[in-house]
Amino acid sequence: MTTRYTKDHEWVRMEGDVAVVGITTYAAEQLGDVVYAELPAEGATFAQGADMAVVESAKTASDVYAPISGVIAGANDAIKNEKWEIINHSPQGEGWFVKIRPSNKAELDALMDEAAYANYVKGL
Amino acid sequence: MITQTTSGNRGLLQAEPLIFETGHATGTGVDLPAPKGTANKLGGLARKAALDLPGFSEPETMRHFVRLSQKNYAIDLGLFPLGSCTMKHNPRLNERTARFEGFADIHPLQPTATIQGALEVMDELAHWLCTLSGMPAVALSPKAGAHGEMCGMLAIKAALEARGEGQTRKRVLVPESAHGTNPATAVAAGFIVDEIPARDDGRVHLDDVVAKLGSDVAGIMMTNPNTCGLFEPEIKRIADAIHEAGGYFYCDGANYNAIVGRVRPGDLGVDAMHINLHKTFSTPHGGGGPGAGPTVLSAALAPYAPLPQIVIEKSGGVRQLVFAEHEAELAGTGRKPFGRMCAFHGQMGMFTRALTYMLSHGSDGLRQVAEDAVLNANYLLARLKPHFNAPFGGPKNEHAPCMHEVLFDDSSIKPKGVETIDMAKALLDEGYHPFTTYFPLVVHGAMLIEPTETEPKRELDRFADVMIALAERVNAGDVEHFKQAPRLAPMRRLDDTRAARQPKLRWRRGDNGAEAAKHAAE
Repeated sequence: MTTRYTKDHEWVRMEGDVAVVGITTYAAEQLGDVVYAELPAEGATFAQGADMAVVESAKTASDVYAPISGVIAGANDAIKNEKWEIINHSPQGEGWFVKIRPSNKAELDALMDEAAYANYVKGL
Repeated sequence: MITQTTSGNRGLLQAEPLIFETGHATGTGVDLPAPKGTANKLGGLARKAALDLPGFSEPETMRHFVRLSQKNYAIDLGLFPLGSCTMKHNPRLNERTARFEGFADIHPLQPTATIQGALEVMDELAHWLCTLSGMPAVALSPKAGAHGEMCGMLAIKAALEARGEGQTRKRVLVPESAHGTNPATAVAAGFIVDEIPARDDGRVHLDDVVAKLGSDVAGIMMTNPNTCGLFEPEIKRIADAIHEAGGYFYCDGANYNAIVGRVRPGDLGVDAMHINLHKTFSTPHGGGGPGAGPTVLSAALAPYAPLPQIVIEKSGGVRQLVFAEHEAELAGTGRKPFGRMCAFHGQMGMFTRALTYMLSHGSDGLRQVAEDAVLNANYLLARLKPHFNAPFGGPKNEHAPCMHEVLFDDSSIKPKGVETIDMAKALLDEGYHPFTTYFPLVVHGAMLIEPTETEPKRELDRFADVMIALAERVNAGDVEHFKQAPRLAPMRRLDDTRAARQPKLRWRRGDNGAEAAKHAAE
């Protein structure tokens, strides 16, 4: 169960046949305290790289892109219930955003692994 | 050292609760007899519960608002380095002419024969805006920058519809560094936003634009100089590429102060641009508004300019300016206004001030405005660069000039524990309104400083000395100084996160704002 990462600081991890997606610890730290997030509706379809969600902090607002193509299979209830702090407390755990049923699993392999992402962040 | 006082005041800096918290509905400052002999015509709609508005005597009312005004920071108090805002001095001559009764005490519905002077001012202002921008037409009515953006985008939409492409050209290109209003305007006008990614040099590249062009592109929205304070050198080629692809070029004129009198946007291929009179042309701004955002239009968009339009009427050898309020009045001119931006003609008070500013400066003076604005920003860049990281300021020993504003980031101080927000709060203690924080978004921890041309060198030096002293404090490891800031402002550090997560948009009796304010002041 390896986690993959995008250059736009999303993470994605297969759990069974769905992919769990969120923003990385680095992204959460850069944003600061999250004050708002908008998640896509279940059943919505996104191509890889499409605007999928929005996350907002006191400092800035950012788009969250679909790390892989697919259909939204579920969204995090805690975030839907406006428990924004969960995104800062546990960005890569309980603070996940959505589950995606991938339409092309090969896209996952092209994303960065943990070491590559750590290296990428170091260069920013 | 902070001393708690019994009154809650800090010396002559008086604590002031919300007006609702001190006033009482039963109190009033006026003593009028109840009306007699007038039947209530509200039927069953008469109010049953008390309105619960606070009542005050005149001196209490005066004191409330004067105390609030004393907490305000204004360009009349000191340097206002807020980037992307052009907080320049508002000359008092502007105020004098705006108060002439022929301009101030008139009404938009009075006969036009009685307001010919005011219409001449508008016509003359339009002439100046067209001449300076190199564009054939201007819509004076938009009431602020974003309203002007809306005007420009609606003109583009009307032009596309006239070409039969209103339904097929929906995509608007917007660089990542744009003001947030640009994508918001495009969406509000019914377009779809396609973002152009930022490059390392902070500029928009022709290749990135060309890669996104297609038969569904309605146009592009760019700012020049851009929000990083940099001139876009490829702007003409980008405009040509957009036109070749059948789209239009909206230029955000927020940063026009850097180029006024030096560059005519029309020569760069711009189709529409709003001009913030409250920035470039020195009308009050920032709590002191209202703004005004006249929008200049190219020959391609001019026919769609909104109503009302000033037209010259000649009858019996008498020349008169009148408002054309309906499309029918423009018959035979080929003009097809897309609609109107507001009820009347725009902000008369700002028109008078802006024209006063233009006439008192002259074209040579306006050119010098742009030159001095750029010079002042570069002076701050040169003085502060050894102490803060300037992401686009060139390598350490090399000077890459900026335009009218200079961009730093917090990358040199963050490893020591001090971020942009801490630096901004520390500036409050030093008696300055902070620079723009965390914008543009393309630079992490941005600190955007726009001194404007109206600051003398000694004022720039005083500000630079403060910034340098703060940088040295960071280097000395005095992080606590920053984390505790502001100590001397009316309020201590506010909880931005809580304010955003649990916004209180209206006061209700029982809300204890005074308690919260006291807490924040401690």
